Amino acid sequence: MDNQIFEPLPWYIAGPAIAITMFGLLRLGGRLGISSAFDTVCSMAGAGKFFPYFNFKWKEEMWNVVFISGTIAGGFISLRFFNSDHLVNISEKTITDLGNLGIIHSAHLLPVELFNWNNLLTPKGLILMVGGGICVGFGTRYAGGCTSGHAISGLADLQLPSLVAVLGFFAGGLLMSHFLLPLILNL
Amino acid sequence: MKLLKYFLFGIFFGMVLSQGEIISWYRIQEMFRFQSFHMFGVIGSAIATGIILLQITKKFGIKNIDGKPVEVVPKKKRYPANFLGGLIFGLGWAMTGACPGPIYILIGNGFGIMMVVLMSAIFGALLFGMINKILPE
Repeated sequence: MDNQIFEPLPWYIAGPAIAITMFGLLRLGGRLGISSAFDTVCSMAGAGKFFPYFNFKWKEEMWNVVFISGTIAGGFISLRFFNSDHLVNISEKTITDLGNLGIIHSAHLLPVELFNWNNLLTPKGLILMVGGGICVGFGTRYAGGCTSGHAISGLADLQLPSLVAVLGFFAGGLLMSHFLLPLILNL
Repeated sequence: MKLLKYFLFGIFFGMVLSQGEIISWYRIQEMFRFQSFHMFGVIGSAIATGIILLQITKKFGIKNIDGKPVEVVPKKKRYPANFLGGLIFGLGWAMTGACPGPIYILIGNGFGIMMVVLMSAIFGALLFGMINKILPE
């Protein structure tokens, strides 16, 4: 089973299913906005006493924490019953490009040779996991949303700030993939 | 009851993103290299379906279960912040191969190491809340 390739859920099912989730959350009185829960956690831990940005009623955001807990459970169900951690069927060109950067296309969702505990305190590991994580948290809060809040909810509602943010997402992603990642992987 | 519904939507969302390989680092690298249609198809069809659902909602005045109109709260128009924040997030997205949702879903998929990315992201948000007053809006 180790190297078995599964076809992904087709895009024309996965995309609409994401939109239905967004609509379902709106019907319940919530919204699809996952990065805002980073603020909720900071507020819950008492950061509001020191920084006014976190001074809000975090209890009103608990529904989002419950939703996110559900996504973790969904990931676990996929792993246990639907073999979600498998060799991902990416294009030959990507396999070649990543191979040139020294990344083997292994039988996992992500390259475990980079993302592992032993690698955490190496320059590469620190930059990718800790640096990358900080960029995700800082950037999404500065931009006012992530892929779910801006790219899906905001663009579906035809909001201009979301389009600007999504252009930023891609500017950053292209810069990293094409110019910075090769340098980081060479460390 | 309401919280249970949120939880169930979470399970659905987590399963869709897992089975659609949207949580895969490799898929994100492929997307930023424009070497497959998959991710663009997922995001594009999600937006297209979302536009249709929200237009129907507006037309028929569909309300949420609290009786208020269903709407996406307008995002604040702070274009430099939207772009600069977006750019910083984009760097992190291509490094970790995960936007916020997939970070959690990957933990569910057994990648405990993503806890490091999650803690770092929460720290990043804390950092933003500490210095947001001095950043360009």
